[in-house]
Amino acid sequence: MAEEKRLMKGNDAIGEAAIRAGCTAYFGYPITPQNELTAYMARHMIDHKRTFIQAESEVSAINMVFGAAAAGARAMTSSSSPGISLKQEGISYACGADVPCVVVNVARSGPGLGGISPGQGDYFQATRGGGHGDYFHLVLAPKSVQEAAELTFEAFDLADQWRMPVMILADGMIGQMMEGVTFPEPRDLEKLPARPWAAGGQYKTHRPINHVSSINLVPDELEAKVHERFLRYEQIKKKEIRFEEVNTDKADLILVAYGTSSRVCLGAQQMAKALGIELGIFRPISLWPFPYDRIAALAAKGKRFLTVEMSMGQMVQDVQLAVAGKAQVSFYGRCGGNIPTEEAVLAEARKLLGK
Amino acid sequence: MTEKSFMAGFGGQGIISMGQLWVYCGMKEGLEVTMFPFYGAEKRGGIARAGCVVSTTEIASPLVTTPDSAVVMNEDSLPLCEGIVKQGGTLLINSSLVKTETKRKDCRVVKVPCNEIAEKIGDGKIANMVMMGALSKVTGAVKLDKLEPVLKSFFPPSKHRFIEMNLKAIEAGKSAV
Repeated sequence: MAEEKRLMKGNDAIGEAAIRAGCTAYFGYPITPQNELTAYMARHMIDHKRTFIQAESEVSAINMVFGAAAAGARAMTSSSSPGISLKQEGISYACGADVPCVVVNVARSGPGLGGISPGQGDYFQATRGGGHGDYFHLVLAPKSVQEAAELTFEAFDLADQWRMPVMILADGMIGQMMEGVTFPEPRDLEKLPARPWAAGGQYKTHRPINHVSSINLVPDELEAKVHERFLRYEQIKKKEIRFEEVNTDKADLILVAYGTSSRVCLGAQQMAKALGIELGIFRPISLWPFPYDRIAALAAKGKRFLTVEMSMGQMVQDVQLAVAGKAQVSFYGRCGGNIPTEEAVLAEARKLLGK
Repeated sequence: MTEKSFMAGFGGQGIISMGQLWVYCGMKEGLEVTMFPFYGAEKRGGIARAGCVVSTTEIASPLVTTPDSAVVMNEDSLPLCEGIVKQGGTLLINSSLVKTETKRKDCRVVKVPCNEIAEKIGDGKIANMVMMGALSKVTGAVKLDKLEPVLKSFFPPSKHRFIEMNLKAIEAGKSAV
């Protein structure tokens, strides 16, 4: 904790956190609004005598991640929405081969090429296994530059622990804004988790020649493999659910939001308080696994929900699944790169409360 | 204390730099800070804006929609800034470049001839630092005292020879209001 607080962009802070987490190989391709992250890695990975490659495309970058991670590297890639779509095939392969890696999405508005302003329209893609086949992976959504750094640092260990890609789902606001941030001590590369499963046969590793692949042409064997993976998902659902609550005990109406929208909701909550109106905030930090049980428990207490997103309404479907018809769930969203304002969220909440 | 400031001008005026330095100094004074830059695709002359929040408590929304103080560095930014500044807030206007009178009657209007003051000190490019000094004096949110070591840690050593001039500009801005 001797280190001073630094003023950094979210993108730069994610890069620094990744290096400190022991990321040994980064593969990227430029896209706004995550460019500073690739640039940060270009500048600093080489200094640390680690691997940085600007690939010829996003598809190439994610396949380099797959290869490097399968051979034992702590590998990472980052992009923004259209680029993350291109990476989905590789993410599916990594999930199918149980290859740990970190994927950062500094999301922008869509669909298609869309715009370069912040968006949260990639929620479905991130949380439902955006590529082909039956799979899920951890998705963590930071609300600030500090949390972006912390979750990135942790993502590498979670990836190793659960043998899967971990996605950091940020948005253009988190990536572009500057805030104060402190970092944990860098990890000693000699003490990273062992990967006895990784491809071997090299002089240095003394690992056996393991095959790391997602292919299996025998239906019963592949089914057994998928079942085994889904048992692991159940473990993850027990251990890795994260969320933050503000004032949910006092308030009847709870604003549900993640990332940048959760900060806007907090502003609306504070404005409401000044007017004598109680609002609560429920902020999922892990988007997969999603905190269904906690929302269900709040619904059982008679709470109502207003989900706020920078999309036409995606996470709201998870909130509806959680409450299972037992509570009112409303939605307010902006899209196209627009961010909801505190004033608009407050007005929406007041309309629902009739106050 | 929470002070939300919105700074606007054209690319090249150092709007983003002003926002960045404002929150950096705030952070060094122990405040929670956030700054969101926004600029056009042009290399020079496009729009440049910075939304800054400095606070003694955790900052909620990083998006500055109804600022307590708005800094208008050029004529084109006046309609935007006067459209969003809070009732009872402060409009700081660079009167060297903004010649139109503001329509707002319900907020404090502070005019600072930033470019003239900067040129007298030696370089028009430090007009943004003059304005930052004025913003500090008017809002009191970031004190900008004991600044020299802070500027030394902010700028790389190759730029340290400009610090004295920047300090003069900040002081001149404080004295101008």
